[in-house]
Amino acid sequence: MLPIIFVMPLVQMLILVFAATNELKQVDLAIVDNDHSASSRNMIHEISGNPFFKVITGLNNSQEAEDLLMRNKVNLALVIPKEFDKELTTVKKTEVQVLVDAINGNAAQLSLAYLSNVIGAYSQKVLIKPIKPEFRQTKAIEIKSTYWFNPELNYKFYMAPGILVVLITVVGMLLGGMNLVREKELGTIEQINVTPIKKWQFIAGKLLPFLFIGLFDLAFGLLVAKLAFNIPIRGSLVLLFSLAAVYLILVLSWGLFISTISDTQQQATFVSFFSLIVFILMSGLFTPVESMPQWAQNLDYINPLFYFVKIMRSVLIKGSNFIDILNEFVALSAFAISMFSLAIFRYRKTS
Amino acid sequence: MINKEPVIKVKNMVKKFGTFVANDNLNFEVYKGEIFGFIGANGAGKTTAIRILCGLSTPTSGEMNVAGYDIYHQTEKIKKNIGYMSQKFSLYEDLTIAENIRFFGGVYGMKITERKARTEEMLERLDLMAFKNRKIGDLPLGWKQKLAFSIAILHNPKIVFLDEPTGGVDPITRRQFWNLIYEAVQKGITVFVTTHYMDEAEYCDRVSIMSEGQIVALDTPENLKKQYNAKNMDEVFLKIAR
Amino acid sequence: MKRFLAFLRKEFLHIFRDPRTLVILFGIPIAQLLLFGFVLTNEVRNVKIAVVDHSRDYLSIRLTQQLVSSGFFQVAATPTSESEYEGLFRSGKVKEIVIFETNFARHLVNENKADIQLIADASEPNTAQLVVNYTTAITNNFVKTEFIKEQKQPGINIKARMLFNENMLDSYNFIPGLIAVILMLISAMMTAITITREKESGTMEILLASPLKPIQIILGKVTPYMILSVINALVVLLIGYFIFNVPIIGSLALLLAEILLFIFLALSLGILISTFATNQVTALAISGFVLMLPSILLSGFIFPVKNMPAPLEFISNFIPPRWFIEINRTVMLKGGGLAEVWPNTLILLGMSALFIAISIRKFKIRLQ
Repeated sequence: MLPIIFVMPLVQMLILVFAATNELKQVDLAIVDNDHSASSRNMIHEISGNPFFKVITGLNNSQEAEDLLMRNKVNLALVIPKEFDKELTTVKKTEVQVLVDAINGNAAQLSLAYLSNVIGAYSQKVLIKPIKPEFRQTKAIEIKSTYWFNPELNYKFYMAPGILVVLITVVGMLLGGMNLVREKELGTIEQINVTPIKKWQFIAGKLLPFLFIGLFDLAFGLLVAKLAFNIPIRGSLVLLFSLAAVYLILVLSWGLFISTISDTQQQATFVSFFSLIVFILMSGLFTPVESMPQWAQNLDYINPLFYFVKIMRSVLIKGSNFIDILNEFVALSAFAISMFSLAIFRYRKTS
Repeated sequence: MINKEPVIKVKNMVKKFGTFVANDNLNFEVYKGEIFGFIGANGAGKTTAIRILCGLSTPTSGEMNVAGYDIYHQTEKIKKNIGYMSQKFSLYEDLTIAENIRFFGGVYGMKITERKARTEEMLERLDLMAFKNRKIGDLPLGWKQKLAFSIAILHNPKIVFLDEPTGGVDPITRRQFWNLIYEAVQKGITVFVTTHYMDEAEYCDRVSIMSEGQIVALDTPENLKKQYNAKNMDEVFLKIAR
Repeated sequence: MKRFLAFLRKEFLHIFRDPRTLVILFGIPIAQLLLFGFVLTNEVRNVKIAVVDHSRDYLSIRLTQQLVSSGFFQVAATPTSESEYEGLFRSGKVKEIVIFETNFARHLVNENKADIQLIADASEPNTAQLVVNYTTAITNNFVKTEFIKEQKQPGINIKARMLFNENMLDSYNFIPGLIAVILMLISAMMTAITITREKESGTMEILLASPLKPIQIILGKVTPYMILSVINALVVLLIGYFIFNVPIIGSLALLLAEILLFIFLALSLGILISTFATNQVTALAISGFVLMLPSILLSGFIFPVKNMPAPLEFISNFIPPRWFIEINRTVMLKGGGLAEVWPNTLILLGMSALFIAISIRKFKIRLQ
């Protein structure tokens, strides 16, 4: 038991957070230069200089580029046409072709956008900036974008709070819940049922140790996250841990409830495992909730992880306070109370 | 009826697990038609020995012959001629009596007609005909035991190995179980049984007492009682084990 | 042969008697298909934004309307002062704030240049980037259409061709991977569980003491799950094709052959796991953490392998689904053939051989 309490947070924090990322580390880009002019070479030089791209050159035609795409050696290919230099110098406009492996739409969009920005910047530098503003013909809306709370777009800041939620949910639902079924399976629960202990005392007694373990694990996981990724802790820790306590009561009750309707550890593990996966995927941990169809969003109203992931991210990364997350708090509390009552109600000392 | 022809011959059987010697130079023979008991405390090496004889484990050294076949080179032939009932009773809890019989019958290569005949015979004898389609898991322990034994001898093996077959049931059920054993012996089946119930030792034709991997006594219960001046096998065992 | 058939019959009985097994076999694949097919997506939809319009002229209003009518955005707030911005983000009310400067139209028409400031909530960095990209794209498009006569469009323009997945459908990305995950689940995990169940209940000893040869026992345990795996894989392919429009451009025969190879690998992995576990709960735990989690996270199923830090990228090389998913994507979506996937195929063959070799060795040791 003890190793699990320590190993699980470490493993989850370190491996899951590092693995689960949509942040592009680097893009393998193949460039086909059909022009071989000074202009094309300059542009290629500019692109190669950008650490984001790992450039493969020396290709003879776009067929070779497509072959690389086919064999998964590159995800992006830039084809510079033969008249590149000529068109740039005469008409001041030209077109290049970009081939994108679009299987992963997200990655495709991001890498294309990045390449467009780099080419656009080059285009600005070479064509537009030299012209004095008064002589510029075209209209442009200049967009200045700033990113708040996470200006470096660090994906780990996004994942770590979410994974922490998964961590304590596993501790609460699986470990906490399992406990009761094990007693049922072993038969030791009969010993308890013959005593005068009241139902709610028994349930509460089962809950409390795991409540503390859960909170401890949260603290431990948070520490690891801070040390490993330097995630910000902008909001109040007191608020965070109080909410975590409410959340733990909720998932512990849930786990206990599942135990009361299972006869064996396997059944309980099963049902918990299954519902956990569905809840995790729908919670907005990996993909945004508002992109989900309406029916899924409605379902999320009874998904405890949905609320707590939101709370975690808001409090840690954005520094939200109690008022900001009031809605989520109310929902969680109501949920926790009902689940706890349900678990007590369902548990019978006499079968 | 005991025939002096040996169906199990064991010479210098040794089984080591690393440096731990579970079976230390065992020598004995079991004759056709006898009930041979392997008695001893838990951890004495009984289960290890029986597993080797069934082909479940390879001995470290020694010569062994079971049902006329060599244990090293003819294990498959041995398996066709023996039956085995393990400590956990070995039936599938989620299948019915009929399904369990059908399965084991198939595994031992019984013809369908023969299997059906033996099934009827067995269920009648055990008075379980009405429960043919009940799942094993729903039956009381005593019935499971008797069924497990009957299924172990379904294919009429030469020898049946029973590893602690009567754990956890009342004395009456145990007595009924031993009746089944006697009936099997009448049919010519040799019974090799391990147990730590000393009263069951009285039911055997010959008994070998194991202690810490060695055989410390091997004879009929009467002779052992005389030799150790004891009223029953319990006393014999206590005197030897000290 | 008769013995083997008797054994096989028993195995099928076990499967259909146990409701849990049926749930894993059919419930989980269906649930995953539903989730990944309809629910999980990184696309930008229904994003709530705030608009701060210091100009309120015909152009700023029109552009705002464009943003809304695109379907991606909804205006959820119109804050009147900067002090409100942080609160809007912190309560999660909006994900982006679009700020128009004063005299927007005048600047754009007369000076050819106007400014817009975007502030995005980067606590969700992926969404933030996409949101900014979309906003930028809509804005640029707006400029083009409004001033079409005056645009001479100098500069280097990009014509992008989206290969293999023109419409960037999520289903193209996940269906090939889903097959891998489901096969791992059924073939590996279930096989491990069924063998350890036999051990746990003590019936394994009985089987070993019977005339059934060990290879028959293993084959008997494994065959039902092999058949069920093939059925499941086919169902996923069919659903992928008919409901999610995922094509199979390459050779179907090659695809099926690779699927069979992977099933074989997963089964041998299941057998290997069963040699390490003495009871079902352990088998479940090992399969769960060692198999499922890496299969989902480190195999490239959802998150591209290339995005991972080097150590994890290295580890992913040892995870069988990683190679299989690549084969699937190449054959199904890119129309690749054996010429493109032979390295992966070789690796899968090697891994299978390794698992079987270790299992056989462990089994022999057990007899000692």
